Amino acid sequence: MSGILADGKTAGAAPSDGLAVLESQRSTAETFGIPLAVLAELTHRCPLQCPYCSNPIELDRGGSELTTAEWKKVLSELAEIGVLQIHFSGGEPTARKDLVELVQHATDVGLYSNLITSAVLLTKEKLSALADAGLCHVQISFQGNEPVVADRVAGLKNSHEKKLEAAKWTRELELPLTVNAVMHRQNLHQLADIIQMAVDLDADRLEVANVQYYGWALKNRAALMPTIEQIDETSRIVEEAVVRLKGILAIDYVVPDYYALRPKKCMGGWGRQFFNISPAGKVLPCHAAESITGLEFESVRSNHSIAWIWQNSEAFNRYRGTGWMKEPCKSCEFREIDFGGCRCQAFALTGDAGNTDPACTLSPIHEQIFKQAEREAAAHQDRFLYRNFAGGTLETEGEHGA
Amino acid sequence: MAMSRNISVSEASRPKLPRHARLKFDETRQVWVILAPERVLAPDEIAVEVLQLCDGVRSVGDMADQLVAKYAAPREAILTDVIGMLQDLADKGFLTEAREKTS
Repeated sequence: MSGILADGKTAGAAPSDGLAVLESQRSTAETFGIPLAVLAELTHRCPLQCPYCSNPIELDRGGSELTTAEWKKVLSELAEIGVLQIHFSGGEPTARKDLVELVQHATDVGLYSNLITSAVLLTKEKLSALADAGLCHVQISFQGNEPVVADRVAGLKNSHEKKLEAAKWTRELELPLTVNAVMHRQNLHQLADIIQMAVDLDADRLEVANVQYYGWALKNRAALMPTIEQIDETSRIVEEAVVRLKGILAIDYVVPDYYALRPKKCMGGWGRQFFNISPAGKVLPCHAAESITGLEFESVRSNHSIAWIWQNSEAFNRYRGTGWMKEPCKSCEFREIDFGGCRCQAFALTGDAGNTDPACTLSPIHEQIFKQAEREAAAHQDRFLYRNFAGGTLETEGEHGA
Repeated sequence: MAMSRNISVSEASRPKLPRHARLKFDETRQVWVILAPERVLAPDEIAVEVLQLCDGVRSVGDMADQLVAKYAAPREAILTDVIGMLQDLADKGFLTEAREKTS
């Protein structure tokens, strides 16, 4: 009876994803079945100001956010059309006063709920109320393994300490914990200690996620880009830890694609197995998609159902499958493996989302991008531009945005 | 603490799904699924039948007895299969043992 469990990550890049397993017997007309998991970005408000944030530069203001009633309607609709998991994210989802109510509603309609949080606004009572409302899993971001680096990156004093506290409460409530560590040139030296921190916090999973350069992160690329030596060292540390901590801590590793040879299968392919809903209610193929100008995204506030938007809207269909591809993607043997990489990155770096993602060695500008990354990493321009609603604030001596 | 997750399934174990792993029938796709952090697992029919017996009260031995009656297969073979399947699930962190009630 071995091999009875078809295992699939809900939003990952595994070639044998859960959706493929569950929908393998469907006709091609139904290829784009409803995703198993959806990301609900409840708000773009956040007490942290991380320079690596992948939210768009144009953040949704508080006033444009969906109301409690609108989110509840969305959650009910998602459950009805076959979504199984909901990731409550942001911005900082706990900045919404109605989070407990929304988690309870997700539970009531049968959705499995994940909280993706910076944790600094959590209290033990709040977390306990979320657990009682049926929250299934907590993911807490960490910016380092100690306060000096972590609080500087977060742009918030005492944030690291608060995160440690919230992680302990999470385990006391017997909720599973994922530690999410976003890594870049200025904290990669702490990786081994971050892994140990995750073990000490009794986390179930650790995501070692190298910064992906969208939104604010792209603006801060020169301050964040790791050196190639750091990347080699990182891979070595992660590979060793994966073996050593088998059965104790599961580790997911996201490589920095500027130094990759093949592009990532971004979002499992555009409009193929994932969508997210922005604070203002736009249904997006990924949370960075609004950075691509010239694409119109439909809203849950429109007359269309979410299923209709997923299946029929122009933005979802524009880069679906392989029909939109130009060379070198068009005739590439990997076109159904990586779907040409990331459309947002192609747009940000080449000005055309229909081009090959420059992370791919077959892109005509791959070499140029790679060299640029190396130059930026070597230049050690370490000053951050902190993320905020005012268009960003440059770090000053002694004032780390905190 | 983390080590306590590594459970060893035996005939006397009284396993159950932890709160973060939910067994659910997916009406849309007409299949049983286990929902877990960042994952959706698709157990096969026999696995589903065993998992539905994992209530933290029944022992693995009790489950085997029940399945013997239904499938008319040797108890020994069924027990081996059930333990193997549950251990696989436990190793992935999707199965826990019922605790002794202390309250």
